[in-house]
Amino acid sequence: MAKSLFQKVWNAHAVRKLANGQTQLLIGTHLIHEVTSPQAFGMLRDRGLSVRYPTRTFATVDHIVPTNEALEPYSDPLAQGMIEELRKNCLENQLTFFDTNTGKQGVVHIVGPEQGITQPGTTIACGDSHTATHGAFGAIAFGIGTSQVRDVLATQTIALGELKVRRINVDGALGPGVFAKDVILHIIRLLGTQGGTGFAYEYGGSTFEAMSMEERMTVCNMSIEGGARVGYVNPDATTFEYLKGRPYSPQGAEWEKAVAEWSAFASDAECAYDDVVNINASEIQPTVTWGITPGQGVGIEDFIPTIEGGRTESERESIREALEYMEFEGGTPVKGKRIDVAFIGSCTNGRLSDLQEVANHLQGYQVADGVQGIVVPGSQVVAQIAEQQGLDKVFKEAGFEWRGAGCSMCLAMNPDKLVGNQLCASSSNRNFKGRQGSPTGRTMLMSPLMVAAAAVRGEIADAREVFGVKVA
Amino acid sequence: MPSKPITSVCARAVYVPGDDIDTDRIIPARFMKCITFDGLGKYLFHDVRKDESGADKAHNLNDPRFSGAGIILSGNNFGCGSSREHAPQSIQRAGYQAIIAGSFAEIFFGNSTNLGIICVTVGDAKREILAKAIETNPQLQVSIDIDAGEICYGEERMECAIKANARESLMSGNYDPLDELLSGANAVEDVAHNLAYMRRV
Repeated sequence: MAKSLFQKVWNAHAVRKLANGQTQLLIGTHLIHEVTSPQAFGMLRDRGLSVRYPTRTFATVDHIVPTNEALEPYSDPLAQGMIEELRKNCLENQLTFFDTNTGKQGVVHIVGPEQGITQPGTTIACGDSHTATHGAFGAIAFGIGTSQVRDVLATQTIALGELKVRRINVDGALGPGVFAKDVILHIIRLLGTQGGTGFAYEYGGSTFEAMSMEERMTVCNMSIEGGARVGYVNPDATTFEYLKGRPYSPQGAEWEKAVAEWSAFASDAECAYDDVVNINASEIQPTVTWGITPGQGVGIEDFIPTIEGGRTESERESIREALEYMEFEGGTPVKGKRIDVAFIGSCTNGRLSDLQEVANHLQGYQVADGVQGIVVPGSQVVAQIAEQQGLDKVFKEAGFEWRGAGCSMCLAMNPDKLVGNQLCASSSNRNFKGRQGSPTGRTMLMSPLMVAAAAVRGEIADAREVFGVKVA
Repeated sequence: MPSKPITSVCARAVYVPGDDIDTDRIIPARFMKCITFDGLGKYLFHDVRKDESGADKAHNLNDPRFSGAGIILSGNNFGCGSSREHAPQSIQRAGYQAIIAGSFAEIFFGNSTNLGIICVTVGDAKREILAKAIETNPQLQVSIDIDAGEICYGEERMECAIKANARESLMSGNYDPLDELLSGANAVEDVAHNLAYMRRV
């Protein structure tokens, strides 16, 4: 019978049925970081358990790392304590740790693919909801809680109920100035923030086929923002090309064998899906969020919704709450909202191609007075290549701060935070209340080029106009 | 060792209105700079409860009439966003045993069930009735029975739903799956052996 990639990977990793009806699922690759793992190691110690497959857990440090101080001890003793705890746990359990002195440290979802650890047909888990990023390679990748981090460390498995699969087809060419970020913001806006609950999202169609791996990662990354714990793209020549020659990729004779195995995991053409959604790429506009959930987005030409425009009482209440928090008036254009901070980075949009895209347009422009622009490369590898290509100079000459690698202002667990009710144009993934470190701070999500446009104008702007990107 | 089976909870409830209550709202990231979950209870809903000067905001969670509640009543897509277990940990450590919502985000639901927190769903109209009943009488004892699939308060009762595997886990006391997972070690080895990438490294 024809099967989807999800079903094939699930079947290959299913160990047995558990008493409650869930499946004990083997997690082939486990990624950990400093925030959600220390308690799990503590639980192992309490139970006298050891790490079952130490070669299959990989660690890095990302959430708490300062991006403007390289030397330890960090000025925040809590952050210093967390990095030391991770070092200790990795050493004691002989786990691979991409520490800050390896040249390979970075946001866990950028490091995994970059090192070739993320591979098609595998299961991946990490105590982080953006783990679906790795689905871009045709892996089934789950965000998990800390007790499950403990479960993976102790048993290399988790207890999980099977998901349904929704195929999301996007077909056609994206317009100039329309990016992968706009595609996923559009999908979330269309299907809602809980539309994906209980589903794995399979992204397919000519738009995804034409995307680079980095673009596919941007889309899969935000699956959880649509409620889907898992999102993936079937592996193809683009996937294999990306993986070839990476440190953890199979080498030599193993490579050809691996490619054949990986290819076989792709969904069968005639497989059945639990749901199918079709989207035409031409309807996707540069998209900006105006509210406090990632589903509250509009096209850059559009107006912020009014309370009266809500279809249900709960939707009207959500709009009211969002407008109040964002200090916006319904019915006004999203364009022109004054910003204070512009943030380019995160596991969504902190990769090399994101920085290249912006740098290609930024030359000759300046960050507007009164705006703080910050660029945070997603990993030390990204930073190094970007610097070799001179991208750092382009950003610095334009008035952006060029920082070290980490999660930074996506969730502000390091010193990079909004202050008061500052408004941030952000290439990250969440616009929740208080997300960027100030309880009253405000976030508008958009593509990196749109963040740059907002930085240059000092207000939300259409990057196609600002940088003269030709509209076909 | 299974934990004590959980079939029902009877407690007073507090209403936290709104859909899409995300885990950043439940526990802001700045309180996660810690290596244990100890003490997280006091930061539960911190920015919902406190203004920037640290003073209490007007909210049910600060209303003394609701202090000592053991059940949270909220909206749709409760617990969306980050997978941080710090969220259900802080809920449990603040003394709550159950959550009634319109729906739950998946990762949060799993994390909560693993800790033995009852998460049940009730439709919008009925939740509104329940919210009014609590508001009118904060002393109201609300009882959730996951075996019967119902919520009782005063003379009233309403249906509630819970995923079958969560109900089974809670009622059998096996909601922490670690022992069962450990007992499958041999079968895990067999599956791992058949996967090329597990052999490669």
